[in-house]
This record gives sequence, C-alpha cells and structure tokens, in this order.
Amino acid sequence: MITINAYLGVDIGSISTKAVIIDEENNIIASDYIWTKANPIHAVKTLIENLEKQIQNKDIKIKGIGTTGSARKLIGVMLNANVVKNEITAHAIGTLSLHPDVRTIFEIGGQDSKIILIEDGIVVDYAMNTLCAAGTGAFLSSQAQRLGMNVEDFGPIALTSKNPTKIAARCTVFAESDLVHKAQMGYKKEDIIAGLCQSVVNNYLNNVGKGKKIISPIIFQGGVSKNIGVKKAFEQEVGENVIVDENGHLMGALGVAILSKSTPLKSEFTFKIMEADFDTKGIECKGCSNHCEIICVRKNQKLIDSWGNRCNKGALK
Amino acid sequence: MKKEPMISFPHLGDYYIPIKFLLTHLTDYKVIEAPPITKKTIELGTKYSPSFVCIPFKYNLGNFIETLEQGATILFQAGGGCRYGYYTEVQEQILKDLGYDFQMMTIGQNKIITLNYLYKTIKKLNKNISFFQLSYYVLLTLFMIHFMDKIDDYIRLNIGFETQKNSFIDLKKEMLASFSKTTGFFSLLTKYLKYKRKIKNLKINKPKNCLKVGIIGELYTSMEPFSNYFLEKELANMNIQVKRFTNASFLIYQKKFKIKKMQKYIKKYCTYELGADGMDNVYRAKFLSAKGYDGLIHIKPFGCTPEIGAMPIIRKVCEDEKMPIIFFSFDSETSEVGIKTRLEAFYDMLKIKKG
Repeated sequence: MITINAYLGVDIGSISTKAVIIDEENNIIASDYIWTKANPIHAVKTLIENLEKQIQNKDIKIKGIGTTGSARKLIGVMLNANVVKNEITAHAIGTLSLHPDVRTIFEIGGQDSKIILIEDGIVVDYAMNTLCAAGTGAFLSSQAQRLGMNVEDFGPIALTSKNPTKIAARCTVFAESDLVHKAQMGYKKEDIIAGLCQSVVNNYLNNVGKGKKIISPIIFQGGVSKNIGVKKAFEQEVGENVIVDENGHLMGALGVAILSKSTPLKSEFTFKIMEADFDTKGIECKGCSNHCEIICVRKNQKLIDSWGNRCNKGALK
Repeated sequence: MKKEPMISFPHLGDYYIPIKFLLTHLTDYKVIEAPPITKKTIELGTKYSPSFVCIPFKYNLGNFIETLEQGATILFQAGGGCRYGYYTEVQEQILKDLGYDFQMMTIGQNKIITLNYLYKTIKKLNKNISFFQLSYYVLLTLFMIHFMDKIDDYIRLNIGFETQKNSFIDLKKEMLASFSKTTGFFSLLTKYLKYKRKIKNLKINKPKNCLKVGIIGELYTSMEPFSNYFLEKELANMNIQVKRFTNASFLIYQKKFKIKKMQKYIKKYCTYELGADGMDNVYRAKFLSAKGYDGLIHIKPFGCTPEIGAMPIIRKVCEDEKMPIIFFSFDSETSEVGIKTRLEAFYDMLKIKKG
C-alpha cells in the first residue's frame, strides 16, 4: 500500500463544523459535517474521530492542517495548525479550486453572510454583513420554530407557493412581527414561507450586496444554500442562474486544506487528539480599567496559548 | 468649600500634549488631561449618551466624566462642521443633569476656531493675558503639532518594517515627553531635529514593493487609535506602509489652502463640498490611486452623515480606478473579531492581487 500525502482542513462555524481531508490533487478523500452546538472543542474532537473512521483502510499521512471559521484560532492551537485563515479567503480559494471561472460567491451561513467578487481568479471585492442577522440562517431557523416546522422543509414548501406573501425585511424584529401579522390575517403557510425566503434574499442583496456588481457564474453556498426556496428567490431577484454545489458547505474547509499545502507542518499530526484533554479558561486582567478578558487554552492542564490582552501587562506565559 | 479650579479636556490621540502645553501657558490654573481611554471610558460615555449619537461623542463624554471625577472644574471642547458642532452644548447639559459642577468652554464657534474667539474664551479665565502672549503660545503649539504630525507621517510609512520591535513607539514616547517641556521656539526646534534624526536612523527592513494602504475617513476615528481598535497597529503588524492625511495640522491650517485644489482635482465627481471632511476623502481616494497605493480603508463612526454622503462617490472613484477599498463603521457595539476577520481578508486580497 502506498502512503498518500494528505491535508486536513477544518471550518468551525457558529452553527456547524466542517472538515475535509484532501490529497495532493485536491480530491476530497474524507469529509464530515456536524453541529458545533457552541462547543467547538468537542465538535472538532468528534469530527476528527469520524474522519479517522472514514480513512481506516488507507495509509494516509497528514502533511498539513488548516483552520478557518469563527473558532479558527482556538482550534488552530488545539490541532497545531500550520495555517489559520479567515473564512473569506478560505471560501474563495476552496470555491476557485472547483469552479475556476466563478465571478460571484454568495455565502449565507448561520450567523453571517458574505459576498465575494472574483475577477480572473482573484478576489477583488468582498463584504460581510455588519448590521444584523436578518439575512442569515439563524433567522430562518427561528422563524421555522415559530411556524412549528423544520427549517429543512422550508425549501420544498416555498416552491409550492404561487403567490409569495411580502414580509417586511430589513430587521428580524420587523420581519417577525410582520410574519405574525400575516399569519393572523389568514395568509397561507406556503406563501408566508416563500415570502420569508424572499425577505432573506432581499435583505442580503440590500445589505451585504449593496453597490456590488453581481456577474455570473454565481455560486451560492453556506448552510442556507441547501434551501431551494432561497436559491429560487435569488435567481428571480438577480435574473441569473445560481449554482449550488453539493459540496458547497465544505468550501471553507477545502480552502484551508489547500492553503495548508504550501506551508510545512510544525509537528506531526495524529488522530489521537481525543485522548488529550483541552479546555479554555477566561480570566480578567486587572492591570487597568480595560479589564481585558484573556482566554487561556490548556492541554492536559498545561497552558499552551493565551490571547485577548491589549498590552504586555496581560501577557501570560 | 470651593474646589480649586482645574482645567481638563477630552483625548484625541497624542494631541493631549500640545493642548495641555497651550492651556498651561495661557492660564494660571492647573491643567490635567482626561485619564487614558479604556473600555471603562466608552462604557461611561455610552451609558449617558443618546444611543444613536456618533461614537466620538460617547468617547468625549466618557473622558469628561472620568476627568470630572479626578477633580476637573473647567472643561474645554471644540467643534466642527457636522454634529460635532453641537457636542459642547449637549454634553454640558448631560453632565449638568448628572449633577457635576463645572464650567464648559468652547474654542470654536460656527464651525471654525479663530484666534479672536479663542482670545475671548481665554480672557474669561485669565484677565491679564495679552493678545500677543496668546498668539505667541498658539503659534508655538501649532509648530509642536506640525512637528508631531511630520514625525507621525514618517512613522506610519515605516513602522511596519522596524527590525527591532517597538523601537519607533518607544522613541516617539520619549520625544513627546521632551516636547511637553518646551520653553520656546528654539528649544522646540532643537528637540524636533534631534528626534527626527534619531527616528530616521532607526533600522528598518523595507522591501521596495511593500503593500501600501491609505486610511481615509472621519477625523476622530482616524486620529484616536482606541476608537478604531488600533487599526494602524494591526496594519503595521501585517508589514504594510500606511498613509493617512487627516491629522491636526491638516484640519487646523492646511485644509483651508487645499480646498480649491482638491475641488479642481475631483471636478468629475463632486461639484459641491460634502460637509465636514467628505470631499477631502473623495480627493484622497483619487490621489492615492494615482500614487499607486494598493488599497484604501475608509473608517467612520456609525451614522456619520458627511462620510455616508461621501461613500458612494468614493466607491465610484475606486471602481473607476480599480482600487480595492473596505469600509468600517465603528460604534460602541462593534465586534473586534469582525474587524480582524475583514482586515485579514483585505490583506489576503491585496497580497494575492499584487502577486
């Protein structure tokens, strides 16, 4: 059996954690996707364990590790990653490896949404939502709960609507009260759901996509891209075909895995990470009235890294 | 019991040094600067400010509260061509409502700071001061500000490439301490030349084609590092050369002479002025594009009306010039992590583009 040089990419988002293992040619050897449940350390441990099961029969040597997503720093320390990258760059690189001709990437995740514009294979402009959560997955799931259904069913139901209800967008608070109002007025459920999908799209385009030139090919990814109703609303609003890749949720992880190829690994990686005990502790620095909260990461009770201090007064180690 | 009169004023970057110097020499009172800005400052400011007011208001108010607690009895505030013009009156009212006993002074009126108006203000505190005396110290302070800004300009261009960490900042601290002990024009000039030589002699390792980024936008968030989450420091850590036009020298005396020139340069985009510094930033966007800069960062407080007016025009300039730009809005609720993520992505974008 020949040894395959492989690279691990982990994308730890607020809602879900994704990981891929790729080979030298960027082919995905193993991948997995689980909920973060506000416990990134545990999620990553489970994920790594799942990945190990998938590659049991192969002789694989991990040569590089990359982390991205909102918990990238913490998990980067935990896995001893050689690349810790922001999700914007990671998504762009990952998507470009599969769709080299892409010009626009729509990404709507659980807590944030972004737009990335690409010209000749390089990022030329991007934006991330700065104002509110109205255009994100979290909004859709909370509304699903209100309507007493699973968010996964939203897409197909939305497609059955012939006359989507207009829901006030802009802000989750307005949208929610408008939704209640419309429901009490007697609007049909599928029309309301289709209206919700449209309001997510309108919010996204008015907020994140404001002033950006949207050119096709357009790729739509992130958790919300699995919702066919939102995809359709996008196509109607933009007037172009919108592509949803079946691996769309893995793009960030794929991107960092690719990035980790170019940097040498700091130390050898083993799948034995389950055995080590990681925990974090927040302490407040009493150096001045800034009261910086310093996050300490400990492995088997030993401090391995810390951050959060603004000045040297709070430097640990 | 009557408290001993003590003068104080809000922070703006390092300018507390010349301001303190000026006020100390114009009056016989003790002058203290507000305690350094910390999270506590902005918490206090936010708590007592109208929630939608721009962030500099909150910082200033926080500064005032903290300095009043230290025993200040006379507060100085300036004013400008936007909401800044109402800061003095509104803050005075808020602080009086909170029960503080103090006297509020303003050095500007109808958007501009004039020598005559300053004289009238200072006369209230010091009856014996002559117009000549005032002019002398104002001029000396202006020179100090001018020298500080010149040194800062050089530092911004080079600090990202220092070979010894903190060498620039340490030397600058030393310089500022020495500036505060200025006795006259000759003493100031000697100090300036000495530190200029020292700073230019600091070792740097700067590649010819380093990344160059311009910071444009509103004045307070540009000049007060705490309010922009130490943006310039972050950029320096990424080894980026930084250019920033907005400083006290520009606002106090250079701008007047440049307006006509700026207007002509951006005739294609703006027919009229945009209020406050809006037009200046359109000019800078075009100017820096022509100068071969790699990217622009536009910063403003959340809800800053003049800059909101300028943004679509700046966007148009950047589109025409193919200039990458990102916009940041700062408020008391801004997430620091969000800024870092965007900034990192911006850096990656410029770096990959440059190749």
